[in-house]
Amino acid sequence: MSNLLKVENLHVYYGSIHAIKGISFEVNEGEIVTLIGANGAGKSTTLNTVAGLLKPRSGSILLHDQSIAGVPADKIVSRGMALCPEGRRVFLQMSVKENLEMGGFTRPAAEIAESIEDVYQRFPRLKERYKQVAGTLSGGEQQMLAMGRALMSKPKLLMLDEPSMGLAPILVEQIFDIIKELHEAGTTILLVEQNAQMALSVADRAYVLETGNIVKEGPAPELLNDDAVKNAYLGD
Amino acid sequence: MIRVSFLSNLINGISLGSVYAIIALGYTMVYGIAKMLNFAHGDVIMIGAYISFCVTQYLGLPAWVSILASMLVCTLLGMTIERLAYKPLRSAPSLAVLITAIGMSYFLQNVAQLIWGANPKSFNSVVAMEPLRLFGGQLIITDEAIVTVLTCVVIMICLTLFTEKTKMGKAMRAVSEDKGAAQLMGINVNMTISVTFAIGSALAAIAGVLLCSTYPALMPTTGSMPGIKAFTAAVFGGIGSIPGAMLGGILLGVIEIFGKSYISTELGDAIVFAILIILLLVKPTGLLGKKVNEKV
Repeated sequence: MSNLLKVENLHVYYGSIHAIKGISFEVNEGEIVTLIGANGAGKSTTLNTVAGLLKPRSGSILLHDQSIAGVPADKIVSRGMALCPEGRRVFLQMSVKENLEMGGFTRPAAEIAESIEDVYQRFPRLKERYKQVAGTLSGGEQQMLAMGRALMSKPKLLMLDEPSMGLAPILVEQIFDIIKELHEAGTTILLVEQNAQMALSVADRAYVLETGNIVKEGPAPELLNDDAVKNAYLGD
Repeated sequence: MIRVSFLSNLINGISLGSVYAIIALGYTMVYGIAKMLNFAHGDVIMIGAYISFCVTQYLGLPAWVSILASMLVCTLLGMTIERLAYKPLRSAPSLAVLITAIGMSYFLQNVAQLIWGANPKSFNSVVAMEPLRLFGGQLIITDEAIVTVLTCVVIMICLTLFTEKTKMGKAMRAVSEDKGAAQLMGINVNMTISVTFAIGSALAAIAGVLLCSTYPALMPTTGSMPGIKAFTAAVFGGIGSIPGAMLGGILLGVIEIFGKSYISTELGDAIVFAILIILLLVKPTGLLGKKVNEKV
């Protein structure tokens, strides 16, 4: 297995606040890797830095063995990475179809229609509502749209930031079923979740993040049975 | 007779309002995308009018060449202002950007004064057609009014098609909603903002030429009052909304002319602003402004 993403000794600051304190992790091709941890542990900061929305102070980020540390987000998309951000952040005043078109912004116009059809096939709800503005969708539909939009760039690595946040349990199940399907279809996924139970049940490997440090890592099933993890994140 | 004078006022109002609308589009597009009030926008109009004046007056070239030259200069000017003055402040507090914009406004006025002097120049109308005479010559619609209104309609249609149908236009809407998310799509936010300034400034050039064709006294402060009025129009219609800027501009022009004709010439502007205040008390987002509630 080869590294798709390799992060080494990453440090990120918000002004004078040291948010990420030298973490290292990797995502191999075909894996689902999850970063779990409490609120404020630095999970989203990590994803935003990898995606290019934040600049690291130091450390290296390699995608396909090429450095992307400090490269702005809009230049990274075409290299095969997409981030489905926390809070979905779909374009509320644009239609479902337009949101998907934006997802394919970096791709040739001729391929867009086909990719939109692919997304509709995976998310039939979106097809029913393709003309509606995204602001009128329910939370679950917006999450599907955000994921569909991220898939439009045909990413090798899909990063999902809290896809289950704020959703009803039945929708959480649905979203995780979709994550599994995407994985089976060959997409490599880096998943950030507060819902550690769900995240660990779909992931191959996991990293536990605590106030900017990785405190534990290993195969997901192992962490699911780890006493310390159970006590801290699985609520029993 | 009363009816004819009413019609005549209405047409003048719509014509003046069309100029406000074209200027307001520049304000509203820049606000929508960069979340800043570009108070130098009114002065770009003035520069546009001067460029057109120089090209026809000193170079003796036809009016349409002067309009193209004016659009070209203003486009470059707008992009340069954005690049040099506003872009470095992109993450600064909005007050700093506002003050910079006001400073830029005075800077442009002073540069114009340095180059062209403070005395008004007499601007020759770029339109040379016969006015339209209706009701046996009682109602005269000037050729400037006709061209201004038509131009405004064409601009509105083109801009709507641009933002709704083109990739760049959609990218602009995406950036105006969420810069970070737009960047994650691969959209170059800086480039998009630059294009927005370019379009707004090209429209300002057209507005300047039309404005001075109707009101021919051109001086360094020519752009400031129409600029403020157009800004008001943009807020009136709902800042950030393109149809809002159009509607706000035209309504403002009509209210202003009616106020001046039927109530008081001196109070014309006061009436305009009083109506704005009342409207904002009732509907703080302006006529077509939307407040989108995020679903959780």
